[in-house]
Amino acid sequence: MLNFTPSFFLYLLVMAGVTYLVRMLPMVLFRRKIENRYIRSFLYYMPYSVLSVMTVPAIFYSTGHITSAAVGFLAALILALKRKSLITVAAFAAIAVLLAEIAIVYIPVAII
Amino acid sequence: MKENNNFRMGLRDGLPICLGYFSVSFAFGIMAVSSGLSVAEAVLISLFNLTSAGQLAALPIIASAGSLIELALTQLIINLRYSLMSVSLSQRMSDSVRLGDRFAVSFANTDEIFAIAVSKELPVGRKYLYGLMILPIVGWSGGTLFGAIAGNLLHELIVSALGIAIYAMFIAIVVPVVRTDKNTALCVLLSVALSCLFAFLPALRAVPSGFVIIICAVVASALFAFLCPVPDEREEVAENA
Repeated sequence: MLNFTPSFFLYLLVMAGVTYLVRMLPMVLFRRKIENRYIRSFLYYMPYSVLSVMTVPAIFYSTGHITSAAVGFLAALILALKRKSLITVAAFAAIAVLLAEIAIVYIPVAII
Repeated sequence: MKENNNFRMGLRDGLPICLGYFSVSFAFGIMAVSSGLSVAEAVLISLFNLTSAGQLAALPIIASAGSLIELALTQLIINLRYSLMSVSLSQRMSDSVRLGDRFAVSFANTDEIFAIAVSKELPVGRKYLYGLMILPIVGWSGGTLFGAIAGNLLHELIVSALGIAIYAMFIAIVVPVVRTDKNTALCVLLSVALSCLFAFLPALRAVPSGFVIIICAVVASALFAFLCPVPDEREEVAENA
């Protein structure tokens, strides 16, 4: 439980080092305000684009069953449209998935 | 200079991220232990990396004793989006954020912390940023610890349901903005379409997931920056004055 593989620390160092440098260097080096309108617009759109690329279609394969994932996706979408907080959306999406999975497992009807 | 520099307000904004992270990293802890890592190793990974996608991708590499080069490249590609976010957040930080603070704050520049920080109306100050990052770091490491210890005691259906938590959180960040801004909505639609293209077109399926994120996000954001540039802040201020 508390044991370490000797090579683990090498992996940890490389992994954490790369992740930190990727975050730290741009924040330390780009301290002046960017004046260029197109670059600022690019940086404005980028995070929303990244998060949507990471979410769709991966979210449909994030649970045990694509149907339960679709139910969770819909629950998250509706709650987010109602501007609920991050934790509310995450919690109720997981609960919706759980209910859907219970229905799929315990109701002996063929659901694709 | 007007700024948002309240430590307690940062803590308050960080709490929902912390709770969301707890459930997501709980799932990570389960996966880490089942792929052969010890509880302590799983927690150290979460404590020092603070990134969901990167950590998830690292598990099979570490478990199969893969090369360090492969690990480094995977982390670089998957996490490259953070460098864009760091530049972007850099633009929204007030003058109270000193050089030393940037070394510390950048460590915790995750998707969610970034999204909350840049969504503030006023530029964010150092105290606010420190308040914002503390609870998510605790939640991410703590969730990993609990998941790694208790994971195999849980029913598989609960484990499966937790798998959606992180994506639901992403939706909760993106959708409110999509509702109010038509251009962002179109940009998100294009991003999703590109992402699906890479997922379902046989010729593009072999592209590694880290590259897919970079290609889709850069193409969509660059196109919309060119077609629908966001209004200049100073012009807006002048018009409102």
